[in-house]
Amino acid sequence: MSKIKSASQLVELKNKYAAEILLRNTTETPVVSDAEPVGTVKKHVLVCSDTGCLAAEGSAIYDALVSEVKNKGLENEVDIVKTGCFGFCEPGPCVKVMPDDVSYMRVSAKDAEEIVTSHLQGGKYVERLFFKDPRNEKLISKQNEIPFYKDQVRIALRNCGLIDAARIEEYIAQDGYQALSKAIFDMASDEICTLVKDSNLRGRGGGGFPAGTKWQHTMRSPGEKKYVICNADEGDPGAFMDRAILFGDPHSVLEAMAICGRAIGADEGVIYIRAEYPKEVKRLEYSIKQAEEMGLLGENILGSDFSFKISLTLGAGAFVCGESTALLNSAQGERGEPRNKPPRTADKGLWYKPTSLNNVETFACVPPIILKGAEWFKSIGTQSSPGTKIFALAGKINNVGLVEVPMGISLRKVIEDIGGGIKGGKKIKAVQTGGPSGGCIPEDLLDIPVDFESLDSVGSMMGSGGMIVLDEDDCMVNVAKFYMDFIVDESCGKCTPCRVGTKRLLEILEKITTGLGTEDDLKELESLSNVVMSTSLCGLGQSAPNPVMSTLKYFKDEYIAHVRDKICPSGACAHMARYSILEDKCIGCTVCVKVCPVDCISGERKALHVIDQDKCIKCGACMDRCNFDAIIRR
Amino acid sequence: MAEKNKCGQDCVQLSEIDVFIDKLEQQGSLEGKLIAILHKAQEILGYLPEEVQSHIARRLSLPPAKVYGVVSFYSYFSMIPKGKYVINVCMGTACFVVGADKILEEFEKQLGIKAGQTTPDRQFSLYALRCVGACGLAPVVVINEKMHGKVTLKDVSRIIDEYKEGDGR
Repeated sequence: MSKIKSASQLVELKNKYAAEILLRNTTETPVVSDAEPVGTVKKHVLVCSDTGCLAAEGSAIYDALVSEVKNKGLENEVDIVKTGCFGFCEPGPCVKVMPDDVSYMRVSAKDAEEIVTSHLQGGKYVERLFFKDPRNEKLISKQNEIPFYKDQVRIALRNCGLIDAARIEEYIAQDGYQALSKAIFDMASDEICTLVKDSNLRGRGGGGFPAGTKWQHTMRSPGEKKYVICNADEGDPGAFMDRAILFGDPHSVLEAMAICGRAIGADEGVIYIRAEYPKEVKRLEYSIKQAEEMGLLGENILGSDFSFKISLTLGAGAFVCGESTALLNSAQGERGEPRNKPPRTADKGLWYKPTSLNNVETFACVPPIILKGAEWFKSIGTQSSPGTKIFALAGKINNVGLVEVPMGISLRKVIEDIGGGIKGGKKIKAVQTGGPSGGCIPEDLLDIPVDFESLDSVGSMMGSGGMIVLDEDDCMVNVAKFYMDFIVDESCGKCTPCRVGTKRLLEILEKITTGLGTEDDLKELESLSNVVMSTSLCGLGQSAPNPVMSTLKYFKDEYIAHVRDKICPSGACAHMARYSILEDKCIGCTVCVKVCPVDCISGERKALHVIDQDKCIKCGACMDRCNFDAIIRR
Repeated sequence: MAEKNKCGQDCVQLSEIDVFIDKLEQQGSLEGKLIAILHKAQEILGYLPEEVQSHIARRLSLPPAKVYGVVSFYSYFSMIPKGKYVINVCMGTACFVVGADKILEEFEKQLGIKAGQTTPDRQFSLYALRCVGACGLAPVVVINEKMHGKVTLKDVSRIIDEYKEGDGR
């Protein structure tokens, strides 16, 4: 591949490559070109090759499709394309045929033959693989008519599930590196910062700090050497949007980092990525090499005097390294302990040089903003939180997956319309947003709009975008304990309130969930939470008590039930469970009597059995074995 | 060669680490490269015993305590050897709310070890892992590179047997 030496050469290439992927054009995801389709290829079959679908035999599907197409002699008419995440993980693996815009769900390698012979050869769609709306059993073939996709607006995920990200050509076809070209040849440093500032793009890593302000500050900070850092240490359990972008559209992040470098006057960028993402590490290494070979990164980009190189630094499994100053220390090969602020990272960051540090999703939003302008970005979302946000929907929800929605949409719409409601017809109890730093939002507050301020105001936070839906079976005290356990593990130990305080909080929660808590413990939880929040050094400690505080606020009755009545209302806390046998269902089969390891169930054949509560060790073996659903746990 | 005979396998592997450090040195300064070197060393040896930490400390002119401080800080680094198959049970929130804790317990029960330990025959190591980002497949168990999704309690013994008998494939 030869180097691209000018802006016009890049435009020429774009038109050439755009023609090659024009078949994927839909009104929702227009391939940006007025080129005419070229060649003999009539269909593109897009196969999701990201983690979720891949684990459920994604690669086997690709291989089967390729060999089936070859068998039928269709190689010149059909291209099989490996893409990034489609977002809809629940009914994966997903396959989409373009330009017909037909989506197939729950595809297996065995289906390849039928897809090829029936659809690709015969023109007859394979209806049994269509998405079936669980609410009305309706079959839906077009992606954007599936309720999951209807209300989504894709900016950061614009290319995920559309292009083969391993081919830089396809990114270039989608206007890739045009924003960098514009930033180099048509804009001054200050103009770039001002544009990003005007768009009010706020940090998608959770903090919500305006990216443009950060860039401008770093630009004005004195010093010859400056750095751009991309925070790809996605440690929030339950969030995987950054991973999806890095795999499905890595060049959008590389391009944005170079734009940032151009804006602040840096010639070096570092992506700090967690070691738990080996597939994405490989993809980034490969993508950086590709971009360098084409002259889109490295020395004299696009023939200009601007040079920018990007390297990777691997994390080593420490949640605290998502905190910017801890990340800086870790990137310098040290223990990932946070630094005191000020000085700000923009003044003294990596190697104590001015540094702009942004999150993956934030960077992915930058190229479209440069090309389409601040007004366009602000036309989406709300005034104080413009644009979109990606959420990882998970937990007790029907449509697990990645969704990108305009800010300001209500939580209820995300959960009920896009997420398809709760699994198994159960009742929703709460939504956890923001991971271990966030809080639990109860059902009656679900009509609040999703934006930085609204989530903060109800005691949660945007965080990186994890959205875990909890139902009536989830015990909120247990959920708070889960997060506190996480924090205790991940506290770096530098400052006492976080190191010792969170441990004490966990001990109190353990006491409560084993039935030993008192009402005084609830007061202690609250006052200790306040101390940890107000005296910890970094964001991790300052927000660590959020899960406790928010559950105490909205689900106090559950705490009271645990400490006063010694009951776990949802039955999740094993130690407090109480097993009993329902009179009207027990037929006296004696299975439970035999299976009980401590012989605490008594009863004759064909007579009602009884559990001796004093002897019961709450193992649940009886309930697992009962064939008549006669044993319940409370 | 004589040295190789004296300390066997470990020396060969130490020299592999040295080759990596030499390469980094040629590319520029070794400053800030400690974590990258530890990653490489663990990739080669499977774990980071004290002698290796001291060796790296010598090469980088750092106090061994500093190296140990970094190794012990990060959960990715291990000072005990790992088994042939490393079973990672994801304990991210999405997996937790659908019962990952019970899956982990079942693995502990069946293997007779606790999370963080290795079986005496060095076949299996068991770990609780933070989110692997495959929440659509929760609960998830990752064994070496292979991902097992929507794992149920009943699957646990089948999965273990698969690796015992089929040698993992």
